[in-house]
Amino acid sequence: MKKHIIGAAVALGTLISTVSMSFAEELLVPHLTYRVGPFAANGTMGANAITDYFTMLNERDGGIGGLKVNPEECETGYNAQKGVECYESYRGKNPLMHIPNSTGITLQLLQKAPEDEVPIFTMGYGLSAAAKGETFPWAFNYPASYWSQMTSILSYIDSETGLKGKKIAFLYLDGGYGREPLPLLDKLEPKMGFETVRIPVAFADSQNQGSQWLTIRKEKPDWVIMWGWGVMNITAVKEAAKTRFPLDRFIGNWWSGGHVDVEALGMKAKGYKASNFTPAGRDFPVVQDVIKHVVSKGLTKTEPDMPGKVLYNRSLFMAVVMAEAIIEAQKLTGKANVTGADVRKGFEMIKLDEARLKELGFEGFTPVIGSCADHEGQGSIFVQQWNGKDWEKITDFIPPMTDIVQPLLTEAADAYKSDKPGWKTQNCS
Amino acid sequence: MEILHMIFIAPFLDMVALPDLFFQGLWDGFVGGTLYALLALGFVLIFKASGVFNFSQPILMVLAALALVSFYEMGINPWISVALVLLLMYALAYGVERVILRNLVNQDGNILFMSTIGLTFVIIGAAQWIFGGVPRSMIHAELGFPVGSSEWPMFGGAVYFEHIDISAVVLASSLIAILAVFFSKTKIGRGLRAVADDHQAALSVGISLNQIWVIVWFVAGIVALVGGLFWGARSDVSFALQIIGLKALPVLIIGGFTSVPGAIIGGLIIGLGEKIFEIYWGPMMGGSVEGWFAYVIALVFLLFKPQGLFGEKIIERV
Repeated sequence: MKKHIIGAAVALGTLISTVSMSFAEELLVPHLTYRVGPFAANGTMGANAITDYFTMLNERDGGIGGLKVNPEECETGYNAQKGVECYESYRGKNPLMHIPNSTGITLQLLQKAPEDEVPIFTMGYGLSAAAKGETFPWAFNYPASYWSQMTSILSYIDSETGLKGKKIAFLYLDGGYGREPLPLLDKLEPKMGFETVRIPVAFADSQNQGSQWLTIRKEKPDWVIMWGWGVMNITAVKEAAKTRFPLDRFIGNWWSGGHVDVEALGMKAKGYKASNFTPAGRDFPVVQDVIKHVVSKGLTKTEPDMPGKVLYNRSLFMAVVMAEAIIEAQKLTGKANVTGADVRKGFEMIKLDEARLKELGFEGFTPVIGSCADHEGQGSIFVQQWNGKDWEKITDFIPPMTDIVQPLLTEAADAYKSDKPGWKTQNCS
Repeated sequence: MEILHMIFIAPFLDMVALPDLFFQGLWDGFVGGTLYALLALGFVLIFKASGVFNFSQPILMVLAALALVSFYEMGINPWISVALVLLLMYALAYGVERVILRNLVNQDGNILFMSTIGLTFVIIGAAQWIFGGVPRSMIHAELGFPVGSSEWPMFGGAVYFEHIDISAVVLASSLIAILAVFFSKTKIGRGLRAVADDHQAALSVGISLNQIWVIVWFVAGIVALVGGLFWGARSDVSFALQIIGLKALPVLIIGGFTSVPGAIIGGLIIGLGEKIFEIYWGPMMGGSVEGWFAYVIALVFLLFKPQGLFGEKIIERV
């Protein structure tokens, strides 16, 4: 019996030391991916870019703080239930953060993050109200929330044609992601004097939008704003051209402005616009480093012509923000093998200003300045236009209407926590 | 009172106020309906021959379209690419018969149905592995189909006709007509109908079940290729196309699972119905109604004609 107890203790000790060694040996950064399913084309590009960036850091710098990064993938097929299963599978493995890569999955995970003390990072997607760090200490949506983006787009429209008295068709994917800006539009319409016609596109009708565009033809809007994803985007641009809607009055959000959305249409999509915060191009030093250390060496599944595309560069940027949070956490704690709780603080200390962006090879991308209270960074966007061959940046950075968005975000954050007794907040004053 | 006006008056006033838009809706619905009929035809053929609801029909469409574009991208002549896809469809039909149908003959229909679900995922995995998941452009222009559009002025407005849509209607209608004649007038067609009626009786009079299955799956592959060609031209060629394929379900419920004319009529009812309802009644309900409206129409038909408009009435003796 005594032998058995000693044996069990030795086995347990070995197990514990193995587990702690594995914590110390690598920085686990799981990201939920969708390489299969209807959005696979976009998902594959994003997954590759995140993995490529960390592979590049491992190859070029030996990882972060001397520890290799393990950007482990878990396949969700863009399905919320599978996303939750993936999340659960990382319990006890010391993940430094979670990257849901889907607004639907994010909404499921928001309540789990405070319990598990692992931050959730949703760059350019997720719940807008998560921008309020005091209410959502464990969620981050740098560099801007959907709501901030919408106000920047409205500012652009205002600068082009004026906004007051205008009719705007809002064409959106009928799901958590597409519906996200609706409460904001409810508030802004009477305040700013424009009218919206909301036109949802069911996921199943993404490739069959004839009716939606006939509705747009009937309503004769001055502008169309699109919150689309995947094949919905290219179909919408095709339908817009088919219904003779002027493409320079059709503007997509940052998930509707990838190369994959227009490249196949070429000149037929000329004039179409989209917001963005991550410029396209292969000349950025960071893209060149990824090509040199990863793509050229065959250490990736990335096709050679993918680096430099809008969505690829965006996911590289996502990865650099993740890496910066880890670096800040390491600085803060003085140790390399940080935890999710440390990285959460790291996210709040991020200072990706223009100088740091240049140093990292991302000059021209939207700066990300974090804080305890502000988890979105209130970043600016620019507008790009398809010239038939490539995206062209046509504006400077357009800041969000902070004075309008911030009180609404606070209101939404308060509403979110109001029916969740025991919700963990933090005091940033 | 206002709601009654919105339902019974306003949509008709809109139709009168903008007749060009109404005719555009009819045309778009007609094109969509013809393509739905083509999708449904693929299901009908296999159901007639083996009593199986072929869940893999939509992914067959994706596979055919992806293969066509991929062969072309390899530098192969577009029409030779078409021939290669037909060869691939035949190989697949032969493989399905040898590996699945032959081994599952006389099994319960649910088992055969499950096998087609399995086949769907095998094709998804294989196609993604071989062709990749990046969306591509359909090569309809390279195949010589006309591109561009014509504008017909009408009632102070205009109706736009995309040339590719006109091609789709002509080719899909011709294919449907050819298949209808083929299966009603030829020996193989009679064999198919015999197999559909009674496997064992068909076998006893010398009809080769295996041969019929290969032919029918191959024809379903041809239908998938034509469907993939035109649906791909309307948006792009990606795995998301398979979702469109499931639009055939309400068409089948309306037309009947065993009827070629039923697939045509069902397709047109759904195509026209959903389009007009979405444009004129959709906004009142928050939009995005055409997806479920197709099933509402199907449900109404189910209540009054459970076998569909042209489906065979099943009489089971106890």
